[in-house]
Amino acid sequence: MSDGAPPPIEARGLVKRYGHVTAVDDVDLTVDRGDVYGFLGPNGAGKTTTLRMLLGLIRPDAGAARLFGRDPLVQGAAALDGVAGFVEAPRYYPYLSGRRNLELVAALDGGGARERIDAALDTVELADRAGDKVGGYSHGMRQRLGIAGALIRDPALLILDEPTTGLDPAGMRDMRHLVRRLAGQGITVLLSSHIMAEVEELCDRLAIVRSGRVIYEGRLDELLHSTGQRYRLRTTDDRRALEIATHQPGVGEVRTEGDGLSLAADEDAAAGLSIVLVEAGLGIRALMPAAASLEELFFRLTEGDTNGANGAAPRKEVVA
Amino acid sequence: MTAAALPARAAAAARRPGTWTVYKWELLKLRAQKRTYLGLGAAVVVPCIFIVALMVETGGPDRVPFGRYVRETGLAIPLVLLLFGSIWLFPLIVSLVAGDIVAAEDRNGTMKTILTRSVERHQIFVAKVAAAFTYAFVALLLFAGVAAVFGGLRFGFNPLTTLSGNTVGVGHGLVLTAGALGAYLMPVLAVASIALLLSTITRNSAAAIVGALMISLVMQLLGIISGLDFLRPYLLSTQFDSWQGLLRDPIDWDPIIRAAWVCAAYAVPSLLAALTVFVRRDVTGG
Repeated sequence: MSDGAPPPIEARGLVKRYGHVTAVDDVDLTVDRGDVYGFLGPNGAGKTTTLRMLLGLIRPDAGAARLFGRDPLVQGAAALDGVAGFVEAPRYYPYLSGRRNLELVAALDGGGARERIDAALDTVELADRAGDKVGGYSHGMRQRLGIAGALIRDPALLILDEPTTGLDPAGMRDMRHLVRRLAGQGITVLLSSHIMAEVEELCDRLAIVRSGRVIYEGRLDELLHSTGQRYRLRTTDDRRALEIATHQPGVGEVRTEGDGLSLAADEDAAAGLSIVLVEAGLGIRALMPAAASLEELFFRLTEGDTNGANGAAPRKEVVA
Repeated sequence: MTAAALPARAAAAARRPGTWTVYKWELLKLRAQKRTYLGLGAAVVVPCIFIVALMVETGGPDRVPFGRYVRETGLAIPLVLLLFGSIWLFPLIVSLVAGDIVAAEDRNGTMKTILTRSVERHQIFVAKVAAAFTYAFVALLLFAGVAAVFGGLRFGFNPLTTLSGNTVGVGHGLVLTAGALGAYLMPVLAVASIALLLSTITRNSAAAIVGALMISLVMQLLGIISGLDFLRPYLLSTQFDSWQGLLRDPIDWDPIIRAAWVCAAYAVPSLLAALTVFVRRDVTGG
């Protein structure tokens, strides 16, 4: 992965304050070539502000961002060579058609951007509506036009800010499919999202931000491993199951959740638990791995910070 | 990928778009917006209304320069209209676009779109200034052209009596009128520069348009307060009359030279301040 060339994204100590609110607080990010990098956090965590600093749209109060080794604040537009994407919803001129808008940004790109317009419109399946004014586009069409606008730059790094937000389920599926396809073509992708499932589906590395701070940076599988797998359990007698599970080796954090139990265990411990439950005369209605939600990850990461006991490791140890 | 990407990027640098390209697209954007036609439409309609009014009424604007000659030659009509246009029409026409041209990007959220391509911020700003100036120039040309052509068709293309009382032929009169337009363009562009500054700072079209218009009107008010006579030569509103120096015999260059530096004194700092803000500002909207 590392061949001595500067990484697509290298941010060090980024800080952005608005009045006495610190929107971004000492954020480090490293995105290597070929990564599909998830930038995960709830709305208002400072993701967009960070992306704006990466693209040179706003000035950090401290720290610096480099794209392929070039700082947008120092080198201006040259730092964005090979970089494309959008922050928040992509915005175009409502009084011009989709194609005309792409012609405009292609003119500001120079090079062969204009020749790539047709291919980009095909890629995002917007070719048949390209002649219509953007003012009449749906939210999903605008998102796709935003991707097309990025693709005509023939980017080596694509920065996408919550590209599936506001899309219907089919639109979300198409957008994720498109992101995976682009990543398959060798484009490095930085994808911000507040949906854990999306990051789990698309990304191999991620940073998790909360209140402007990165609370985890590293590989996705390491995160899931280190924070421990959770299972959902439903039996014919949950009260007894709770008691048994609590005393079962390898099973921890057993608690009642919804119409069943939630517990932390690895695959072997979960299998062992199922045998013990059946031997005790309980019928198992369901025992299934629970997909980690963002809230749950926060819970586990912060719990790890305080007790450190149960699998969840604080950020620095995981990264090391 | 790595090996191929670097030379490709070097080639991209060589083909980075010039400011001319950005300027061309700024003009295309203006051409696609209704407000542009609102301004240019006003520049066409006002002279037409003036000529129609002269046709249906017997009186005339006798008390203004060239007012007595409006029915003698079409050449007098643009000159009379320049005077009326300076009160609010041209400040309005020019602010309508110059006050919007930066703020519109904030309104549409497109500032981030154009600033994440391959052009520098200062290129975009320079292109916007050039486009706003081009629009002001076209509006003035339409205004005077419509006035001269329709005025001439109605009242004839006859020799023009200058402010010194001598008569000049049609050809010479047209040259002097063109010169007058050039002199008139100076304060127009100064108003445009102020509108551009307000557009950049406020990020709000309405505030910038109204603000620039208010500044123009306040200067006119200051100009008619008798206790403030010493201010008058340095007011922008006064410079709208400098062209009259060209229509004297011999030509009086003093007001034109003063207009040049007074207008520059308003325009250049405004543009420099706007450029500084534009290049450094945080783009948070959209």
